[in-house]
Amino acid sequence: MKRTFITFVVAGLIGLSLAYSAGIVLAQDQAKIGATTKIDTGDTAWMLISAALVLLMTPGLALFYGGMVRAKNVLGTIMHSFIIIAIITVQWILFGYSLAFGPDVGGIIGNLSWFGLNGVGLDPYPDYAATVPHQVFMIYQGMFAIITPALITGAIAERMKFKTFIVFTVLWATLVYDPMAHWVWGVGGWIRKMGALDFAGGTVVHISSGISALAAALMVGRRKGFGLEPMAPHNLPMTITGAAILWFGWFGFNAGSAIAAGKLSANAFVVTHIATSGAALSWAVAEWIYKGKSTTLGAASGAVAGLVAITPASGFVGPMPALLIGLVAGILCYLGVFSKNRFGYDDSLDVVGIHGVGGTWGALATGLFASKAINEAGENGLFWGNPGLLGVQVLAVAATWIYAFLMTLIILKILDWTMGLRVSEEEEEMGLDLSQHSETGYNF
Amino acid sequence: MKKVEAIIKPFKLDEVKTALSAVAVQGMTVTEVRGFGRQKGHKEVYRGAEYVVELVPKVKIEVVVPDQVVTRVVETIAKAAKTGKIGDGKIFVIPVEEAVRIRTGERGEGAL
Repeated sequence: MKRTFITFVVAGLIGLSLAYSAGIVLAQDQAKIGATTKIDTGDTAWMLISAALVLLMTPGLALFYGGMVRAKNVLGTIMHSFIIIAIITVQWILFGYSLAFGPDVGGIIGNLSWFGLNGVGLDPYPDYAATVPHQVFMIYQGMFAIITPALITGAIAERMKFKTFIVFTVLWATLVYDPMAHWVWGVGGWIRKMGALDFAGGTVVHISSGISALAAALMVGRRKGFGLEPMAPHNLPMTITGAAILWFGWFGFNAGSAIAAGKLSANAFVVTHIATSGAALSWAVAEWIYKGKSTTLGAASGAVAGLVAITPASGFVGPMPALLIGLVAGILCYLGVFSKNRFGYDDSLDVVGIHGVGGTWGALATGLFASKAINEAGENGLFWGNPGLLGVQVLAVAATWIYAFLMTLIILKILDWTMGLRVSEEEEEMGLDLSQHSETGYNF
Repeated sequence: MKKVEAIIKPFKLDEVKTALSAVAVQGMTVTEVRGFGRQKGHKEVYRGAEYVVELVPKVKIEVVVPDQVVTRVVETIAKAAKTGKIGDGKIFVIPVEEAVRIRTGERGEGAL
């Protein structure tokens, strides 16, 4: 009895000491980091707000897309974006963040040491963000991981099986988004080491989703009745509302990518607004010239095209280049949406034409107009005497096109064999709302 | 008893209703319909897609009246609904076999 009691007390003391020393070691590591960088309340406040702004973009996207499909598919379309928030959040905190931003393995991917946010604490992690808690950086990046797969859903609208879509989302995030984010933004990532500039996600978000959308549209196939039946948007006021929310939230997407509140975020905010306005105008004018009238859908689409194009450039270019980037984006993407007519693929909501084309233009424009005067941590572009940057941007764009396209094709091929990609013909006729979710969007 | 069925331009509905009450027609059924005759539809453009929408919105008015007033009712509607431009619409007269007032059970012209 006495021996048992003493054994337990000694064991308990040893255990406590071990735990205490381990705690001190960890605290020292953290303290070392904390000792060199201090949390800035202004930066942290801005980043928390930016994360919330970027989150809001996903429901905004849901409305943008939802208004453009037929009424029988409005809930199915909204559900795509909405449920992605939940799915990717869990994937991100379990292993997505670790793969994307964790300790580098061969320049290709992060390791899993941050599984379940292990080691991702509230002190800053200066490699990424010196003045905000590490978890703030993590959650901010998580919002990007959420919206990127949501963008792809526009290409497969009105015909994809819900179950397969969920599995596709997790696979795409893990096999395409996380590696790409690591290549471009992760410490040790090979595209980052190559010197390519992508301030807020031209390659990682827009080109990758745009080109994956092309692969998806080709794999899933055209909607029943495409080209024969009218498939007009059922609720453009909803679409314009969504576009406005996207514009608002994008300030968090671009200006938040400064990871600080100050001159760089101010630049990103201002040039984002300028480029978007320019693109909305140029799309509207292009429409006027080609079709005789400017449409609200065109103005909204132009704005989104501008937002996409300025994304990689927002921390590197000034106001006048931003205006030019926007004006060109509006016209290029307007012409881009016609390519689906020429090649015959059913990219239902023009993800390729807007995100693929817009993101590519933005990445190349960064190579033209980047200026170290705006951002010392960046580089000069072609018009500031450095053609090298443009070359590197081209490589980054090409790598994104090839990898995202092929990987998406492979994922979808496997899912096609195992689960099937499309709903049945009757389900497609009935509409996704009823067939996939047993709901009707409008019960007047 | 006859049913007078008129397809008219939607903005003419109030005028026709007022004109009909002036000739003592108190009840009617109104439906929103779409159709076309000689009137062309319109074009809608959504990004790269252009649609020609042939079906034009119209309003259908149905009134059931005693035989003696049919001609007067038809003339009243035609006069009120006319603009002189294509798409003014059409009026049809159809025989009615029976009419019943649900509340009282009255039948025939008394039910109208």
